[in-house]
Amino acid sequence: MLQKKSRRELLYAALYLSPSLLIFLIFVFYPMIKTFYLSLYLTNPHGDPVVWKGIQNYAKLIASEDFRKSLVASSLFILYTVPGTIMLALILAVMANVKLRGIGIFRMIFSSTIGVSVASAATIWMFLLAPGGNGMLNHFLNSLGFSNVSWLVTTQTALPAIALMTVWMGLGFNFIIIIGGLQSLPEDVYESARIDGANGWKQFWYITVPLLSPTLFFVIVVDTINAFQAFGQFNILTQGGPDRASNVIVYSIYQEAFVNSRFGPASAQAVILFLIILVLTLIQFRIGEKKVHYQ
Amino acid sequence: MNAKQKKIAFMVLQYALLILAALVIIYPILYVIGISLMNSGEAASYPPHVIPHQMDLGNFKKAMDTAPLGHFMLNSLMVSLIVTFSQMVTASLAAYAFAFLEFPYKNTLFIVFLSTMMIPGESTLIPNYLTMRSLGWINTYQGLTLPFMATAFGTFLLRQFFLTLPKELFDAARIDGCGKFRFLWSIVLPLARPALGTLGVYSFITTWNQYLWPLLMTNDTNMRTVQIGIGMLQFQDATAWNVVMAGVVIILLPSLLVLILGQKQLIKGLTSGAVKG
Repeated sequence: MLQKKSRRELLYAALYLSPSLLIFLIFVFYPMIKTFYLSLYLTNPHGDPVVWKGIQNYAKLIASEDFRKSLVASSLFILYTVPGTIMLALILAVMANVKLRGIGIFRMIFSSTIGVSVASAATIWMFLLAPGGNGMLNHFLNSLGFSNVSWLVTTQTALPAIALMTVWMGLGFNFIIIIGGLQSLPEDVYESARIDGANGWKQFWYITVPLLSPTLFFVIVVDTINAFQAFGQFNILTQGGPDRASNVIVYSIYQEAFVNSRFGPASAQAVILFLIILVLTLIQFRIGEKKVHYQ
Repeated sequence: MNAKQKKIAFMVLQYALLILAALVIIYPILYVIGISLMNSGEAASYPPHVIPHQMDLGNFKKAMDTAPLGHFMLNSLMVSLIVTFSQMVTASLAAYAFAFLEFPYKNTLFIVFLSTMMIPGESTLIPNYLTMRSLGWINTYQGLTLPFMATAFGTFLLRQFFLTLPKELFDAARIDGCGKFRFLWSIVLPLARPALGTLGVYSFITTWNQYLWPLLMTNDTNMRTVQIGIGMLQFQDATAWNVVMAGVVIILLPSLLVLILGQKQLIKGLTSGAVKG
């Protein structure tokens, strides 16, 4: 039993915590449990569970070719976006982490894509990726002597094309986080490295990268989770096509639930998405703790 | 080359690389602005180019006429302001309890807050949608905003900031007979303006740019937000890219404006969370 004093303290704190807790309870915890529950049923179009399926929904998913394609598409999408975005953002951050006149303008431009929504980014790139010679990307390719590519309607290029757009969109956020990390690095380590005769490249690999690893680790986790959750660009640019080549998990959940009204199997996919993100976060934190250099 | 010449050469190289990178990154946005100012013949001409030969502001009017963009903007603005304000209130209250109050189960409750960050919104989407539908809240502001009125990220951000305030402040206020709520309202919050600013800018941009939830929550044109509304321009007339791009410019402006005005705060806040967190 709690003592009277601590009970009073708890009640008092609850006054401050309850608005947030109430929202979390109704819109995060309850629906998460409900998703588990629905994933064991077939529902009617109103979303009421009617036929108990147990783990059959999951068994069917795992056996299904379409779901396997979705997992592959999501994994490839992560592979195409996360390393590229981080490397480019790191290069930009190192370039912009100098004392030069007017550097603020460059920093603002490099971080500007954080303000660009997925809907506008996708619309812009739909235009840049236009299939004929009129698309800017094809125009560049033509001037380099390559022929036109039908970016969004070819199985092999749809996912890379959306990844390209996503990398561009993610640069702003990654740049902001990484340059923040760079600015917090201690100056004196570089000073002694310079005295020891380490050149810029060596300084980058042996000082900047290790010291920056907590920040890099943070962006890897956040970017991976974001990539798994990507939806808007797929809905606008390809609708999961062609031939399901870009039918990533979240798009597949959306189709199954809100187009086909099959809320049970869709919930099973949502549970799998939840588990993947959970495991990913935990694994990355484990590895991160060992490999990451903390000051 | 002497040392000074070397230094200048290096600086020129730095600027050249910076300008090149900036051009590549900003290129899609410049291109969109360019296209939005072209007449339809020029926008479709080959080879494609960025700078319009003639300024044509008519596309903006056409975009506003094709889809009720003004109305969409108003919806987005309402939704973003409601969410931003609510998050600032709920997060300040919770962060205050975690930073200044002693109570049983404090750590457990803090973990409960943080655990919400591990649950992706896509995994709770279906029940939330069904809840809203059964309440008849599709096409309403409460349907669009309620699920986002609390934020673990924001609570964490503000708590970290509150913890940097000296503890004596709290004791001194208590001796002076200042109530706990008044302490929060008249001492902590004014001092926490930078952190609140970060949260505000972040919430506003995130909400303004939301896509999936508003797509599900609205099917009435009157309640669409801009992000969903922009799609309407394409389906109206597939070839009028200059009009579509004018629409994109219109919906980009507010978030870019907030970003430019609040960039310092956003950068400070986001990086302190990532670097120290």
